[in-house]
Amino acid sequence: MDWQAIWLSIRLAASTTAILVALGLPVAYWLTYSRRRWKFLVEALVALPLVLPPTVLGFYVLLAIGPRSPLGAVYSKLTGGMLPFSFQGLLLASVLYSFPFTVQPVAAAFAGVDRKLLEASWCLGVSRAATFRRVIVPLSLPGIATGAILSFAHTLGEFGVVLMVGGNIAGVTRTVSISIYDSVQALDYGAASATSLFLLCVSFAVLALTYALQRRIWAVWPIN
Amino acid sequence: MADQLTCQCRKRLSRGFEVEAELWIPLDHAPVAVLFGPSGSGKTTLLRMLAGLERPDAGSIVFREISWFDSGRGIHLPTQERRAGFLFQDYALFPHLTVAENVGYAAPGETAHKLLETFGLAELATSKPRALSGGEQQRVALARALAAEPALLLLDEPLSALDAPTRVRTRYELRRMLLAGGVPSIVVTHDRMEAVALGDWMAVIVDGRIRQTGPVQEVFRRPADLQVAESLGVENVLAAEIVGRDAGLLVLQVGEARIQCVDSEETGTVFACIRAEDVAITRQMDQVSSARNRLAGRVRAVIPEGALARVELDCGFPLVALVTAQSAAELALHEGETVSAIVKATSVHLAAHSSLQ
Repeated sequence: MDWQAIWLSIRLAASTTAILVALGLPVAYWLTYSRRRWKFLVEALVALPLVLPPTVLGFYVLLAIGPRSPLGAVYSKLTGGMLPFSFQGLLLASVLYSFPFTVQPVAAAFAGVDRKLLEASWCLGVSRAATFRRVIVPLSLPGIATGAILSFAHTLGEFGVVLMVGGNIAGVTRTVSISIYDSVQALDYGAASATSLFLLCVSFAVLALTYALQRRIWAVWPIN
Repeated sequence: MADQLTCQCRKRLSRGFEVEAELWIPLDHAPVAVLFGPSGSGKTTLLRMLAGLERPDAGSIVFREISWFDSGRGIHLPTQERRAGFLFQDYALFPHLTVAENVGYAAPGETAHKLLETFGLAELATSKPRALSGGEQQRVALARALAAEPALLLLDEPLSALDAPTRVRTRYELRRMLLAGGVPSIVVTHDRMEAVALGDWMAVIVDGRIRQTGPVQEVFRRPADLQVAESLGVENVLAAEIVGRDAGLLVLQVGEARIQCVDSEETGTVFACIRAEDVAITRQMDQVSSARNRLAGRVRAVIPEGALARVELDCGFPLVALVTAQSAAELALHEGETVSAIVKATSVHLAAHSSLQ
């Protein structure tokens, strides 16, 4: 089993999830409560990674972060490094790729919070930002957890985007799925099946956890 | 007259219904004002506009000389700055917080703690709202609103979430709590018993418009027009013609019958409003006293209503009387019999016809 690749994938998935939760909550709030007419355009944009082939997404990300693009130029000026074929570049691509997996469950959870509770909070003199923190987020914890877990699992298994943006550098961008692909190419079926089995078990555990959260089967969950 | 609330607001709702309300409430004379109207009359919308939860299309709201809303000057004070406590129909308690955390939500500390004691919630302090009864939830909601030290309390059908026996018991308790809270309150209700039990002042809203405002007793005694009378549940609203004036009494022609009532400035066609409780029934047909109206009527139906019986008479026009079940039994009323209905002249109230469009 390629422990180096597994460890890299876990690091990538955890970082991606952390960024997505920080980024996804405000976006989900806006999507849930905004009354702008052009909201549907943003919704479509957020959902795009669900239908786009990972290679297409990876291709555009590669163009966007290349040294000749404005973003890539700014990055190399600031850090001296380059985004393509680096962990940071991979992280950026993963965030974009898993964005809907965080935003959609979180937005659904926000929409499920009774609007009267928000109005009650406003009438008690509490600002919108504080109401978000004190009412919406605590009542949406199962949805937020679902979004985080799905994003983590999705990042753990990504292949196309990694191949396009990160390539295959051991310890830097070689994730689990790339490692499995490599093993098969090298006819090392033993290593491939061990790593595959590991990924299969992790994925199943994560999905089981997600569905359990949605059904709130645990009495200790914060809502109670 | 600084201590008052005035609201002149217009808002078109999505279903084409328009609320156009002119409301005036003297806060010093009226600790509890009732906004009374049938379902769908726009009273909740009006309350939400006062709270700043809905934005009127045009108009102004002035509370104690502070402009809360003024479309002309582009003022729309945010909900948070109006300091108007709002009690939702189902109380909207925060389900993830305990009773103590709910009450202390706006300002945890001494005030919140005292309110827990005052409202008898100290023992429930660590419970979650879902474990409480309806009446307890209401007390938590009220304590939570008062803890924020509001300048005005707005209550949307505060008793409708309770079951019927609790509702009756809670009416007087709610009034006591509102008076003890010392904050002027506006209560929305469609129940006339609640209006009478809770309010000092009332405004009647029908079809999105305020039709009458005044002290509660005054509004019930003299409904301004037919729709107000109907919405207040005055059972007998009879079309009448003023045919004469005599010694401080007006003589009305109602169908074939003549009814006397206390003189007012009305002229021409009016509506005579008689509460069913004010109609007495007797079998003695003879004596005629001057202050009483005696109408011969045929019994059409006797409908038991608990301790009371509702007697429907045909006096040439339909007349409904509400008598105790005991007296209905003593009179042994049967359908088709002719009896006398007696109505005091002071129990007949006129509603003008002119405002009926």
